[in-house]
Amino acid sequence: MDKWTFGVTMLVVGMGGTLLILGIMSVIIALLKKIFPYKKEAEGKA
Amino acid sequence: MLEAFANGFSGLLAGFMHLQISNVVMIIVGCVLLYLGIKKDFEPLLLVPIGFGCILVNIPLANLMEPHGFLRTIYDAGIMTELFPLLIFVGIGAMTDFSPVLENPVTFLLGAAGQSGIFLTLALALALGFNELDAVAIGVIGACDGPTAIYVTAKYAPHLLGAVSVAAYSYMSLVPVIQPPIMRALTTEKERTVVMRATRKSVSKTTRLLFPLVITILGGLIAPMGLPLLGTIMLGNLMRESGAVERLTKASANEIANVVTLLLGISIGATMDGKIFLQTQTLIVLALGFIAICLDTACGVLLGKVLYVTSKGKINPLIGAAGISAFPMSARVVMKEGQKYNKKNYLLMHAMGANAAGQIGSVIAAAVMLSVLKGMGII
Repeated sequence: MDKWTFGVTMLVVGMGGTLLILGIMSVIIALLKKIFPYKKEAEGKA
Repeated sequence: MLEAFANGFSGLLAGFMHLQISNVVMIIVGCVLLYLGIKKDFEPLLLVPIGFGCILVNIPLANLMEPHGFLRTIYDAGIMTELFPLLIFVGIGAMTDFSPVLENPVTFLLGAAGQSGIFLTLALALALGFNELDAVAIGVIGACDGPTAIYVTAKYAPHLLGAVSVAAYSYMSLVPVIQPPIMRALTTEKERTVVMRATRKSVSKTTRLLFPLVITILGGLIAPMGLPLLGTIMLGNLMRESGAVERLTKASANEIANVVTLLLGISIGATMDGKIFLQTQTLIVLALGFIAICLDTACGVLLGKVLYVTSKGKINPLIGAAGISAFPMSARVVMKEGQKYNKKNYLLMHAMGANAAGQIGSVIAAAVMLSVLKGMGII
């Protein structure tokens, strides 16, 4: 594989992959917050 | 008898006789690092042992980095096995409060944008003639995260370890100098004065406990090559959030992190032998590292501007600069910069969210990079 192909692959797949994973994590955390909402009293007891 | 005296005396002078210009230059470099750490307070925990290790390894005939030399023993035990950066990561996980990013998960995207410098600099290094693995090690300076840079470089380009580590830690400490001009150049005064709504504590304990588990499993499945990095930081965070293993959490964040930081620093300094370090290549690595951090900041701010538009002016684009992993320094820079234009603007918690996301983002970026390299058969 030539350096040009390697560089472009790393740029697109690497950066794209990072953005995608963190985007998915963002959605998952938002979902977790919906499923397990913060409750002041419950947190106080915990 | 006279000959014996002369021989004995020559033994005392042997060190001076074998001293080369490169050793002298590197001893001066070591002293400069000590000065920066002690007098200027630039990452002293790392720069002091690195500077001292640099001096030690450049004293001739001591053979500290030869087989069985004490620096070689520490280096082989902790750097070559990747153990030191991973233990540091457990400590970082135990020390870091990820609540700000959990409160506002969209900031994960800023943490991703803050890693752009890694991939752009990698491409730049390739264009300058570095081979693939050297370019990866140089690019990872853009993670703005010492342990990640050390982990990747020690594994795939150990000959660049000294230059990459010094660049990573020096530029991290220079974030307050590097970032503000870029932030000002890329934003308008109107954007810089945006006041963001105060965040409220809205994350349940269950979510905070599930966060490290979900990140580890998901991240590990997508980018298994980076699981050691991701797993250790998330283990530290799980211990912190569970509250069940307070002794382990405290030990990870204090005693273990302190001891490992000392050994890590001195081992990195030990790689700075004049004969290896004093090359044009080192200067290019240092320059590319600087470019990487500038690009990280620029891309973070640019994504911040996109969020400013999509949120109809509710997000201050300055917080994008905190998407790099220099935690919490970068968040403080954003807070200070925001207050220059509006004294009542408290961006710290929002910037901390982006900064914590940057911490995770740097690890994810390294993990993705290693997995892509594996997929392409480079490693």
